[in-house]
Amino acid sequence: MVTADEIWEALAQIPDPEIPVISLVELGVIKDVEVDGERVRIDFTPTFMGCPALEHMQRAMEAKVAELGAEPEVRVVLDDSWSTDRITAEGREKLREAGFAPPSPRPVGKLDLVQIRNGAFRCPYCGSTETRLENLFGPTPCRSIRYCDACRQPFEQFKTL
Amino acid sequence: MSKRTDLLLAIADDELFLGWRNSEWTGIAPFLEEDVAFSSIAQNEIGHARALYELAAAELGTTADELAFDRKPEEYRCAPLVQLRRLEWARTIARHWLYETADEIRLEALKTSDDPEIAGIAAKMDREEAYHRMHAEMWVDRLLSSEEGRERLSEAVDELWPYALGVLDDELRPELRRRAEERLGRPLPDVEPVSRGVHEAELAELWEEMTMVRRSAPAGAQW
Repeated sequence: MVTADEIWEALAQIPDPEIPVISLVELGVIKDVEVDGERVRIDFTPTFMGCPALEHMQRAMEAKVAELGAEPEVRVVLDDSWSTDRITAEGREKLREAGFAPPSPRPVGKLDLVQIRNGAFRCPYCGSTETRLENLFGPTPCRSIRYCDACRQPFEQFKTL
Repeated sequence: MSKRTDLLLAIADDELFLGWRNSEWTGIAPFLEEDVAFSSIAQNEIGHARALYELAAAELGTTADELAFDRKPEEYRCAPLVQLRRLEWARTIARHWLYETADEIRLEALKTSDDPEIAGIAAKMDREEAYHRMHAEMWVDRLLSSEEGRERLSEAVDELWPYALGVLDDELRPELRRRAEERLGRPLPDVEPVSRGVHEAELAELWEEMTMVRRSAPAGAQW
């Protein structure tokens, strides 16, 4: 019989479909795993609701559980329990290495333009904080575009959600 | 149909139609950054619509796609504000800002709902909408910073104001007025709201376009 630890280990091998350097576990989208005999229930908290990768993630998790000989049930939890604060420390480092500036921590109060414009955002290429907001939106729902004045190149900033 | 489903469909229809309207700027926005921004906002709004339709579909025994595309134009519950086709920058910004301001008020109310699914989905939407609001605010700042911008924004807001009031139920409208007047620093006209249930001619035009592929495919086609 499969254990919850084995399931977590298997899920940690599934790469994010759009940013394959990090796994679904590192992305923090798996909220809970429950094993009941042959049945495995995974509570999945999607990132952005319009993200086209959500169904792909769901199917990949089901396939992994099935590979271990168990019967998967992926339950989609649609509340605000996922935030970018759930991305693990290892996940953040991998994002940075791949050229995506990891998200800054969520503020206690409301997220506002003043923080996004003035907060210290570090360039993933040269490490400088001399960066500025180019566009709140980017090529996918989870990214903004910033520009580094030190090494003079644009970079993708994972949005804080 | 329950009151809950009615509410879910009203918001889902708002987000679906606004998403389509925003996507009309894809490829033709005044500059590249806005092309990306409006396309991305459209993707988020349609994602919200999908999640809301799914909740409604579970209760109605149907699917999100059927709710989004298989109803007749007169069955949609979206506010007239999002039906209007206004492919002109000042009006686009005015609608964007008015809608996001109204939507924030609506989400704040829904987040305190006794229904955990509704409160949960509202809280999740609100996190993403924060970026839409920041984008709208940035543009309002920009337009207010010059005389021409101020005039054009003001004219567009006055035109759309009755429609903006129509996004919300009676009891939430005074709060929208308060926030909008405070932001613009001037009173807004006392007008009769153009409420949900009114179907503008533009709705049927957009419906034709939006459902064309689905209507042309044989039943049961896989997307």
